[in-house]
Formats: sequence, C-alpha cells, structure tokens
Amino acid sequence: MAVTTLAHPQPGGGSSSGGVATAFRSRRATPYLLLLPGLLWLALFFVVPVLTLVGTSLQTPLPGGDIGDYQQTFRIANYWDALQVAQPQFVRSFLYSGVATIVALLIGYPLAYMIAFKAGRWRNVLLVLVVAPFFTSFLLRTIAWRQILAEDGFVTPALKWAHLVPESAAMTASQLAVIAGITYNFLPFMTLPLYASIERIDPRLLEAGADLYGHPVAVLRRVTLPLSMPGIVSGTLLTFIPAAGDYVNAALLGNPGTTMVGSVIDARFFRFVDYPTAASLSFILMAAILVLVVVYIRRSGTEELL
Amino acid sequence: MGAAGEQATSPDAGGGDLRLMDVVKRFGAFVAVDDLTLTVPQGSFFALLGPSGCGKTTTLRMIAGLEEPTAGRIHLGGLDITHAKPYRRPVNTVFQNYALFPHLDIFENVAFGLRRRGATDVAAQVTQALELVELPHLARRKPPQLSGGQQQRIALARAIVNRPQVLLLDEPLGALDLKLRRQMQLELKRIQTEVGITFVHVTHDQEEAMTMADTVAVMNAGRIEQLGAPMDLYESPVTTFVANFLGQSNLLPGRVLSTAGGTIVVDVHGQGLRLPAERNRCSNGDLLVGVRPEKIRLSHTTDEPSGATADTNRLTGGVVLDASFAGVSMQYVVRMPWGQELTVFAQNLHLTERFGPGTAVDLVWEPAHTFGLDGDATAGVVVDGVPVGAGVG
Repeated sequence: MAVTTLAHPQPGGGSSSGGVATAFRSRRATPYLLLLPGLLWLALFFVVPVLTLVGTSLQTPLPGGDIGDYQQTFRIANYWDALQVAQPQFVRSFLYSGVATIVALLIGYPLAYMIAFKAGRWRNVLLVLVVAPFFTSFLLRTIAWRQILAEDGFVTPALKWAHLVPESAAMTASQLAVIAGITYNFLPFMTLPLYASIERIDPRLLEAGADLYGHPVAVLRRVTLPLSMPGIVSGTLLTFIPAAGDYVNAALLGNPGTTMVGSVIDARFFRFVDYPTAASLSFILMAAILVLVVVYIRRSGTEELL
Repeated sequence: MGAAGEQATSPDAGGGDLRLMDVVKRFGAFVAVDDLTLTVPQGSFFALLGPSGCGKTTTLRMIAGLEEPTAGRIHLGGLDITHAKPYRRPVNTVFQNYALFPHLDIFENVAFGLRRRGATDVAAQVTQALELVELPHLARRKPPQLSGGQQQRIALARAIVNRPQVLLLDEPLGALDLKLRRQMQLELKRIQTEVGITFVHVTHDQEEAMTMADTVAVMNAGRIEQLGAPMDLYESPVTTFVANFLGQSNLLPGRVLSTAGGTIVVDVHGQGLRLPAERNRCSNGDLLVGVRPEKIRLSHTTDEPSGATADTNRLTGGVVLDASFAGVSMQYVVRMPWGQELTVFAQNLHLTERFGPGTAVDLVWEPAHTFGLDGDATAGVVVDGVPVGAGVG
C-alpha cells in the first residue's frame, strides 16, 4: 500500500511526547502524525474563517439596530445584490489580472529560458536579481511606478516621441498604469516557477529536436513549451490568483474608473461597514477563481506532468 | 532509399562519402579535436574508438552540427556542411541516453523528424521503422514506460526513419547490461546491413567496435592513432597506445641487432627475437617488441637454446606467477628474469597441460606474430613492463 511505503523513510516520526509516540508508533499512524500540524493550521486558519465568511455573507441588518449591527439569516439574495454592486469591478479584476498574467508570461518566459540555458556562471546572480525587488516594500515599489510613468519622467515622453502612445494620453492614473503595476509586482512569481521547470529540461532533448529537422521555432513549440508546461501553469496561477484579488495597484496607480473587486470589498468592509456584501464578494471571488483554476488545469492537461 | 521520397538534399553525384578535413575543435585552451582528417565511405559501418575525453564525441557532434569546428571543413557527398545548422543536415543521431521526448508517445517520437519535414505518409513510415526494431506494439506507450533496451531501439527507429545519409551513434549501448549489449550489437549490425545507411559509431568499448565496424579509427588526445579494419588494427598495431587499448599486448624493450632478408633480429635482455621487417614501425635502433598474449605458447623449460630460429621465437627463464582459469582459456602471468611480467592466454585444449604457479617455463611464438613499435612513444602510456631493475617483489 502507498501509505506503508510512504511511512518507510520516517520511522518513529513525530515522537515529541513519549506516551503518545509509543501509543501511535505504528507505520500506519506515522504519516498522519506528520500531517497533523499542517491540518490543524488549515482547519484553524482556513476552514473556520471560510465558514465564518459564508455565515457573514448571509446576514441581514438588525432591524432597528445601529450601523454595523447584523443578525444571522440565510439571505442568499445577498450574493445577487453583491454582484449587482460590483459587476464592473469583477470584469475589470479578471481582465486586468488576465492581461497582466499574459504580459508577465511573455516577459518571464524568455527571461527564465535565458537564465536556465544561456546564463552560465551568471545564473545565480540573475536569480537573485529576479527576487531583489522583494527587498523593498511592495507599497513603495508600486508608488514608484507613479514616478516612472509621470509626465515629466523619461518613459512617457520617450513613448510619445516614438508615437507609441498618443500625444494627449496621460500615463498615470490609467488602466495601463494599473496593469503595468500588477505585471511588475507579480513578475517574480511567474519567473521563478518557469525557471524551475525550464531548468529541468534535458538540453539533449533540444539537441535531439534540432537533429530531427526541428527549426528553433518548432523545437520551442514542440519540445520546450510542452516540457515547461508545469512551470507555465504554476506561474500563471501564482500570478493570476493574487492579482485578481489585488487592490493596491488599482488604488495607487489607477483612477475611480479602474477599481477592482478588491477595492470594492475594502470599501464595503471599512467605509460602508457593510459586512454581508463584503463577505459575499470575497466568496464569489474565491469561487470564481477556483472554477477558473480547475478548468485551466484540466484544459492544459498538466496533471501527469506536475 | 526507395521508400523515402524526400531525400532532396542528397547530391548523388560524387557519392555520399563523409569527409572531415583538418578539423580542429578548441574549448578555450583545451584542444578536443586536433587536426583530424578522415573519410567515411558511403554505406560503411565506421567506429570511432577511444578512451573518454579523446575527442570522439566532439567529432560526432561536429558532424551532427551540434558543435561548430574551430577550423577545418566537413563535407557530405558534394555538400559542405561545416557550418550548416543541425536541422538542415541529412544526418541523424542516436544520443547517448536516447533523449526520447518524455511528453510524446513512441509513435510521435518516431514521427518527429518526418513531421518536421512535412512527410505525407507518416503513419506508414513510422510503422515500418517500429517493425524494423521489432517494437510495433509499443507505439502508444510513453518513453518512461519502456525498458532501457526498448528505449534504445526506439531512439534508433526515430533516427533511422528519416533515412539520413549518415547515422551517428553516440555510445548507444553504454547504458545497457552486458548481455543486452551483445544482442544489440548484432541487431545494429543487421539493421545497418538492411538499410545501407552510413553508420558512425562512437564507443570506448573495443570489443563493440571490433565486432560491428568495417573500419575502426582509434582516437587518443584528439588525434587518430590508427585507422583500419578491426583485424588489421589488432594484428598490426602501429602505436603502443593502439597495442594496449585494443586488446592486450606484451611489449618488450629491445635493440635491433641485424636486418637481413626481410627479417629483423632484436636483442631483448640478451635473448634474440625475430620479427618481419614490414611489421616494424620503429625507425631507430631501440624498439618495443610486441606480441599478443594468445599467440604465445608455454612449454616446460628444456635444454633448447633461447633465441630465434626461422620459425620460432623462444624466451627462456620465465616463472609462472599466477594462473587463472577463465573458461575458454587459462590466463597466465609469467615473470621474466628481468622483472617484467608477461601475459599469456592458453586455450584449454588439453586437460592435463596446465602450469601451476612457480613452474619454470619458456615462451614460444611465431616470428610472424611479432610486431615492432617505436620505443619512444611510450610517454604517457601505461605499458605492461617496466625496465630492468625496477621489478617489484
């Protein structure tokens, strides 16, 4: 049985207290003991909050109560109302995070490929550079994009000079700025899994592809890309999921017309003290992402490669 | 051949010989291949044999287009392919660890080259190739589900289905166990005869090279030491490296006494030996006299004088140091009076005629089996014997 073989390498694991260890020291119990801390953590800090969230999402205002007083009901229509409130933000959330994920993939894939196959002794230095932004605060880096895209910076004038953007366009407080910020902030989460999976590809497979009349483009399409599929899937998920719920970029780099779901949840919770709507929105977002992820993993067919 | 219609790149005029001319490959300061010139005739089974690091794999990779020569030219038929991209050469490779695509099934692995070239009858050709390696039933498996021997055959089918002008094999049997290796050697030879493609086979296994190849090139330190038919290389090695790398040799330091009537008489530690003049590769007086272990016959010490007669070389004063039974033969180590240890293989023809350790013996062989090598060429090569006075207790 799989469980017994799993238990093999860790005989007597999890023997923190003598009595318990003796009672449970059998090969069948060991894996469960090893899982216990993680399961407890999940139960306490994931399952319980999710249940509370669902509970809150079904509450209604207490008749005659103060602002912020709610009673537990089972008003499923809360979800419908919430969707009405935040429909454009939902669309924007998935649009922005989708575009940002694609752009991050287009930037991250060549970068990861280069680091994995061409960097030689610079490989480790480049990997450190990929994660280097984390040494500075997320907020500071996002605010810095305002400077980068400012009218009197050098990026915007350069783009206008090259006629890549119209003369009248404002780069700050725009959709473009929000998407750029999301792309930038989540790029390492795209690059690192891509690197890990590209680096594992045996270079001889690429040579075999070339030897078998594969033009570099054909080798990339038929060999490199399929073999790095696990990295593409995990990279896009690690980018898309947090990006869909992000509101910092929208708040700092956007305008009132670029708010995302995260912004609405934030506003409903802290400014309107409308807990049921905030909870409904959170739950819808979570469920939507879950469905998208499951469909995505199914369609990419990477279960066996993972 | 007939089945492959899209051999557009093969210029039939001038044959399809593979020619390497003054090819050099340097990696930084290291010279991997040193001024190599070589012709592989079309349709032959050619082996590049040498120890690891001798430049044989680099040579193969340059033919495949996976490395670019630092200098020199590579021609295939009338085509200069020195700088051609690997995907533009009518050359395919069987890689050392097969390099099968793990995400594709066996059929698609074999079809890879055909599809890249836009072949029309992919299914028929793939099936034919899988039948050639006798594994048509595995078409829908994935490579990791196959055994090493099966993967090896698929790698061969994947290369051969393209009907290349030259098939390169990079230690293709290295990962297989001994028995399977012997079986695959015969199989490779059969397939080569069947398809008639030029095979260039890189190996460090001298037995593998000798059993399969029409021509063997022995490489050492980026150069070809000797090139020829396996039997010629074995019977008449021209350097000490070849003498020791290809089978075993007894090399005795000697000095030329006289040359007369096509026969050279050599003094080896006071005993005279003869060898045919045409089998001597040494230009000066000091040479190494060589003889293969299985050519020597042991006999009990008699009163017969040592030295050479017209048809016999006889070395006296040997003492059997060790005798080991190896099935088809007895393998003796004989210590000579000057401290050198010689190896003798005796076929187990007679049940009684065995020589135990300590037996005083003479070594007898025919002058025709003797060869002479340049004594100075021993530098860097381990020779069985050591000079007088350095004998070990």
